[in-house]
Amino acid sequence: MRYSQDTMNSRSLIHRATATLPANGRWQRPIARPFSHVHPPRLRWNMTGKVLAILAKLFSGYTVRWIDCQPDTCQRVYFANHTSHLDAVVLWSALPPEVRSLTRPVAAKDYWERGRLRRHLAESFNALLIDRKNIKVHQSPVDQMLRAIGDTGSLIVFPEGGRNTDEEMSKFKSGLYYLAKKRPDLELVPVHMDNLNRVLPRGEFLPIPLLSCISFGAPIWLEAGEPKLDFLNRAREAVRRLKDA
Amino acid sequence: MHLKTVLLVGGVLLLLGAATAVVQFLKRQPEGGTDSALVRLFDQRIRVWWMMWSILAAAFLFSGAAKTVIVFLFFLLSFWALREFITLTPTRRGDHRALGWVFFCFTPAQFILIGMDNYGMYSVLIPVYAFLFIPARVALAGDYKRFQDRTATIQAGLMICVYCFSYTPALLTLDVVSVNHRELKAIAEEIETQEVEGLSISEFSALGILQATKSDLTKMDEAGVSEDLIEQIGVAQDERPVSGSAAARLLFFFVLIVQVSDVFQYGCGKLFGRRVIAPAISPGKTWEGLIGGAACTMLLGTALHWATPFNPWEAAGMSLVIVVMGFGGGMTMSAIKRDRGVRDYGTLVEGHGGVLDRIDSICFAAPVFFHLTRYYFSDIAG
Repeated sequence: MRYSQDTMNSRSLIHRATATLPANGRWQRPIARPFSHVHPPRLRWNMTGKVLAILAKLFSGYTVRWIDCQPDTCQRVYFANHTSHLDAVVLWSALPPEVRSLTRPVAAKDYWERGRLRRHLAESFNALLIDRKNIKVHQSPVDQMLRAIGDTGSLIVFPEGGRNTDEEMSKFKSGLYYLAKKRPDLELVPVHMDNLNRVLPRGEFLPIPLLSCISFGAPIWLEAGEPKLDFLNRAREAVRRLKDA
Repeated sequence: MHLKTVLLVGGVLLLLGAATAVVQFLKRQPEGGTDSALVRLFDQRIRVWWMMWSILAAAFLFSGAAKTVIVFLFFLLSFWALREFITLTPTRRGDHRALGWVFFCFTPAQFILIGMDNYGMYSVLIPVYAFLFIPARVALAGDYKRFQDRTATIQAGLMICVYCFSYTPALLTLDVVSVNHRELKAIAEEIETQEVEGLSISEFSALGILQATKSDLTKMDEAGVSEDLIEQIGVAQDERPVSGSAAARLLFFFVLIVQVSDVFQYGCGKLFGRRVIAPAISPGKTWEGLIGGAACTMLLGTALHWATPFNPWEAAGMSLVIVVMGFGGGMTMSAIKRDRGVRDYGTLVEGHGGVLDRIDSICFAAPVFFHLTRYYFSDIAG
């Protein structure tokens, strides 16, 4: 039986409950989100998302390597180096479909909400848009992220903050530390994205279809009593090590 | 389909089948009895050959659209090879726009021009226009670090992966004359002296003139051969099975010889190889392998001369040219790989050698083979 979102809303809660049963794998299972105003649950077939995943593969020609780590639907935070606008989409596409549907890349609101197309794209790859400029006390980005994933979802974050133009990765922002501190059960998976800065560098609009490589490394956790700076350096090192792995 | 085409394509099918059977047999052998790395290498190669063979054979089947299909497939391969080449080239941010032109303008344009059979344009587009455009566009971006280094590598990538490689499908545009040049000249002379006017159509066919090209007909007209006879020849010409099939066989022959030459050189090198040619670049390539491989390839090429516009001697010579050029290509690409510190162009695609590793010898042999054939064995005016 097919449900569109409109008919769904007019139905009783009982109907809604039956609709959320995983009857048909092609429908995105709504993720239990206690604060659904952050992003309404979507129940339509995500066409643009699939096209995006294929385009990302075509343009960045990525190879995926899982090093000491296996794809899994458990709750994770993938943290990666950030060199290109494509990073979020490509990393999201590189995940297996089951994992992908549970994973939300964290992206900058000011960039992805400019213009209709970008907003549609962001919605298609299930981006969690965070306001970088207007941070309120009760709306801290870390809280927003944790609320958005609830107890099933995963996140993709870029702890460097902005995109980096140098060869060297810049220092990690502290968000990753607070995520780990508030939810020590989350697996923190380092990811290294190689060559994407050449596919689409800062300030360019046309991607050059070079080949890239995405490496997933062994998960790390926050050690008991580990100082913030030590942890962030360790996380950064974990990403950097993947480059030569 | 032309009988010769069936024989050539079918013969290769049989060979491939036999090779596959041998490899499958070796794979089933217990460990230790055979060199397993070698078997795996051959297994991989055979898979690539099956792919090549099916592409070419399929193109023969759809003879109407054959040229378009083949040119398009070669475009895809070329695009992928260029992708591998540029990925391993240390370009800088300032090259981004120039690379955009290279990938999305020059590369497709080259193959479109080949599809349109515009020899005048496709033979100069990259060596002249792209050659001049790339440094200018890179300079515009304002980054002068290693300027000449960067532009030269981009130009080289475009030349090798696109321009040279594109001469392979360009073989299809040749109006190959099926009898060889000297015989044709003799016939043309006979026509000029009008000795042949009395000949019947079957006698013409015996002379091989049924495969005469359009400009031959014009020549006959000018020489004063009667209109009746020209019409008869013209009709017979229209009845030729597939007009492009001689060129398609030529393409098949070329790809076959390049591949076989790689294998023979490898095999002879393994069996008799002693004197390594350039150990720093390619420790597996030996003089014995090169000479033995060349000899075997020439034998095979000669044996297949019936499928080509060449007589046995010419087929042997062409095979030698292919071997030598292919060898040069392999060495050049190995040297570039060494310089970049990688083993395969496809290192980013795990488990496979890259496309460029497979086509390096084709890239070098194709333009030379094309031009020799075009100059000596085709009807250039047609």
